[in-house]
Amino acid sequence: MQIIKVKHLTKIFGPHPEQGLRLLDAGKSNGQLREAGHAVGIVDVSFEVEEGELLVIMGLSGSGKSTLLRCVNLLNIPSRGQIIVGDEDVTRCSHEQLLDLRRRRVSMVFQHFALLPHRSVVDNVAYGLEVQGINEDERRDRAIEALHLVGLKDWEEAYPHQLSGGMQQRVGLARALAVKSDILLMDEAFSALDPLIRHDMQQELASLQRQMKKTIIFITHDLDEALEIGDRIVLMREGRVVQIGTSEEILNNPADAYVERFVENVDTSHMLTAQSLMVRAREVAHPQDGPRTVLRKMTEISYTSILVVERDHTLVGSVTLDALDAAVREGRRSITDLIQRDAPTLAPETPLAEILHLMAEWPYRLPVVNERRRLLGVVTRTRVISALAQSRAEPTAADAES
Amino acid sequence: MMIPTIPKLPLAHGIDVTLDWLTAHFAFITKGFSHVISALIEGIVSGLSWLPPWVLIIVVVVLVHRAVGWRVALASALGLLLLWNLRLWSATVETFTLVLISTLISVLIGLPLGILAALSSRVSRVVMPTLDFMQTMPAFVYLIPAIPFFGLGAVSASVATVVFATPPTIRLTVLGIRHVPEDLIEAADAFGSTLRQKLLKVQLPVAMPTIMAGVNQTIMLSLSMVVVAAMIGAGGLGGKVWEAIQRLEPGQGFEAGIAIVILAMILDRSTQRIGRSPFAKQ
Ligand SMILES: Nc1ncnc2c1ncn2[C@@H]1O[C@H](COP(=O)(O)OP(=O)(O)O)[C@@H](O)[C@H]1O
Ligand SMILES: [Mg+2]
Repeated sequence: MQIIKVKHLTKIFGPHPEQGLRLLDAGKSNGQLREAGHAVGIVDVSFEVEEGELLVIMGLSGSGKSTLLRCVNLLNIPSRGQIIVGDEDVTRCSHEQLLDLRRRRVSMVFQHFALLPHRSVVDNVAYGLEVQGINEDERRDRAIEALHLVGLKDWEEAYPHQLSGGMQQRVGLARALAVKSDILLMDEAFSALDPLIRHDMQQELASLQRQMKKTIIFITHDLDEALEIGDRIVLMREGRVVQIGTSEEILNNPADAYVERFVENVDTSHMLTAQSLMVRAREVAHPQDGPRTVLRKMTEISYTSILVVERDHTLVGSVTLDALDAAVREGRRSITDLIQRDAPTLAPETPLAEILHLMAEWPYRLPVVNERRRLLGVVTRTRVISALAQSRAEPTAADAES
Repeated sequence: MMIPTIPKLPLAHGIDVTLDWLTAHFAFITKGFSHVISALIEGIVSGLSWLPPWVLIIVVVVLVHRAVGWRVALASALGLLLLWNLRLWSATVETFTLVLISTLISVLIGLPLGILAALSSRVSRVVMPTLDFMQTMPAFVYLIPAIPFFGLGAVSASVATVVFATPPTIRLTVLGIRHVPEDLIEAADAFGSTLRQKLLKVQLPVAMPTIMAGVNQTIMLSLSMVVVAAMIGAGGLGGKVWEAIQRLEPGQGFEAGIAIVILAMILDRSTQRIGRSPFAKQ
């Protein structure tokens, strides 16, 4: 089911938005509107969000991502168009309906956390419940429950300034989870965190979403992050949607030159090799492991296949999630006959062009091994894609400014 | 050549006539108010004077200790003992009471006004220039019209004091609320707060340190004004200074002056950090 439908949404800032709309309809550009004193937020944006989906909105700074997100709970009042949440058009709802929407159905996580400095962690998390008028005991219980979900047991009584950035954002996330809304809006929620913590948070968000079946709209300006967590990606530029699709779709069929610049790379690819692209294999299985153990490892980290190595790190092969799943249901004890031993491998010096070629045929992570088949690391799709994007990132940013 | 003399504008006359008219028609209200306040002041003064000074000293020292720590508490104890020894205790109690009442009234007026001015630009366009006017006018000018409305003595003194001392509370309330970070306001809105919830749960608490800095300034201005107000018979430490001037007794004047400094330091130090304490761990 589609839980959010955005239809022809336009937002123009400034004292006379109607006038701005007229200029837009007359085909004037964003620049011309700016000269006439209007700031264009978003223009004619339409898309739908499926229930339980994690939709990423991506684009350069100033492309209208925040404006779009803030229209969903009416922090920005759209100048034109509709947003249907569930079966209600939020642009027409009364004050009471709006409060109810914000209290129970849509909650938000902010880039700079936006925690109240005078409140303890638990009181921050309970804020949304307090506003709803829920009594103190219940809201404390629910706040603590939410804190457990984000891995912040025993921090209830601390104050925000005593926490690191990553922990503060967990509090921000817990505050949004505590109200048990179906929809979560996250505006660059992880952008202020350092890369390691950010990666952890992305993984945790993905697993929380799987557990709790939330619908999430997540904003980022970072392609890496978008590919890591998004089911689908909405690409924006200058207030307009340029392309919507899964990461594969966007990578394989970039809609225009702008998207292409994000994702495509021809010239520099020969300089990248498996060695420079690989990351440490974080979880591996061993031939003597039981199917259940391996399955648990995999669901924790949400891989669709896992590499099997001997204790001395010699690569044996890989096992897919589907095979494991079947084996567990059939009650098998060992994974040895599930292992695909002919899976392709990369040498450290394998060039990117060849890796791309292999990836087209092999949907799983590619192991990098040395001449004695010892596992050195893995090359994931995300890594490849983001490496391609990064080598292009600077010219892209510069182009868009001009 | 003859320069035609332009007649003087009858500004003073106009103000006098207006005040006379106001007095004639409204003094019964203000006099009634005056009775209530003066009863309140007398009640507090006689209550505080009924307690032996050492009891009050202990109470003050304990409060100061809890609010700001033992150093200031110790200094306060020494200062208060000195006041007692100089036989200025009852004058100090009177002055303290006037400051207390004036500050309470200032906060009761200033806080709501500051909130309104912070939230509505229309209100602030009226309030802010008025504040500038109130504060730059020499303080004792307020004393003159206060008398016909409130009579000679403590109530007129505290009314003039309130007029003079409220502006910082208003100003810093406005400043504090306006400077609440935008994303906190947004968070409050995003979770469905009503205007009232946003004010009480987010804006006021976050602005509290700034507001308290304003209240601290109000207290200090009240103290300085209460001394000036001795000219219309407010008594207290200011009265002692005034007596000393009239009798040309510099020694007595200095004793009373030192007492005012001691009171000022205790009030200042113990209220300076109040607004910040909720941020630290309890
Ligand atoms: N409150 C506002 N007033 C005027 N212009 C605004 C406002 N908010 C955003 N804009 C303008 O709208 C455009 C999109 O901004 P924004 O949605 O914040 O972009 P992003 O989140 O993608 O960086 C920008 O050109 C910005 O200047
Ligand atoms: Mg933004």
